[in-house]
Amino acid sequence: MKKIFTFITAFLMVGTMAMAQYQVGDYATDFKLKNIDGKYVSLADNPNNKGYLVIFTCNHCPYSKMYEDRIIALDKKYKAMGYPVVAINPNDPEAQPEDSFENMKIRAKEKGFTFPYLVDETQEITKTYGATRTPHVFLLTKERDRYKVAYIGAIDNNHQDASKATERYVEMAMTDVMAGKSVRQNFTKAIGCTIKWKAED
Amino acid sequence: MKKINSILVFGFLVLMMSATSLVKDVPVIKWSKMEQLIQAEGDQIRVINFWATWCRPCIAEMPLFEAVNAQEGVEVVFISLDNASDVDPRVTGFITKRNIQSQVYLLDEVDYNKWIDKVSPEWSGAIPASLFINQKTGEKVFHEGELKETELQEIIDKLSNS
Repeated sequence: MKKIFTFITAFLMVGTMAMAQYQVGDYATDFKLKNIDGKYVSLADNPNNKGYLVIFTCNHCPYSKMYEDRIIALDKKYKAMGYPVVAINPNDPEAQPEDSFENMKIRAKEKGFTFPYLVDETQEITKTYGATRTPHVFLLTKERDRYKVAYIGAIDNNHQDASKATERYVEMAMTDVMAGKSVRQNFTKAIGCTIKWKAED
Repeated sequence: MKKINSILVFGFLVLMMSATSLVKDVPVIKWSKMEQLIQAEGDQIRVINFWATWCRPCIAEMPLFEAVNAQEGVEVVFISLDNASDVDPRVTGFITKRNIQSQVYLLDEVDYNKWIDKVSPEWSGAIPASLFINQKTGEKVFHEGELKETELQEIIDKLSNS
């Protein structure tokens, strides 16, 4: 009986949480966010894509920086298979000036980003997806006109040295997706930077 | 003139030497030691704060943790998640310069997914993050993100009275 109560309490708590947080298997919302070229980008823009690697990342965070080359490599590899990277900077530039729109343009040019680098000005998409740190990956697979969350987590298990990573989570997930299987390890955690939320009014 | 110069040089050397001898030590630890820090029994409120020298909100809240470390019955342990290769001089220099009194370790375990849940299932992995442990009762409170002074004290008071 106590167990049931705990369950109901937990259920109510989740239900009343202000932020929706996607879990694997949920359907993710599309968005319309501004890219560094000033144009707005949505998942539905390219109907030929089979899915997306939506990655919340930013300029200032050392972990994001350490993964930039790996994110570019993921885009190059999986764009050809219909799963391009879409990067979203979730941070409030007032809290972290290094993550301003102007600095996003500079960083993308310096690194030669091959993918859109969007700004979530209202932070609504970040909240809805439930991104809590940078970098934070959401692998979406397209089902008719909907996007199902297939993997949430880290890129691999060694931020310091890509060559020493023994588990490349995103690549493993993509292998499963390409094989038409459900992703075996569909949720991972890693140390990252907090999202720099706008100050509450 | 020459004499003044040599006095200056001597004074400088003394300063350098005393500064060197006062550099604080930051032991590099593995998960087994981390687990002991979490599980150890005792009669204190142990506050384990995960941080890094590059993490601005972590650094911002450090003085608050230093202040609670000075309270009776509270012990703060700072766990640096900087790269182990940066322990000296980056981390040691940082805590020496800021005169950090709490115990500081550097946790060298990069396979994060293996242990984040063991600290707390509530932790997504963002830092700063803090684990509060009542060593008498074993009760724990976890918080992800920067803490304000009142929030920090509230958690400690709540755990102390549990």
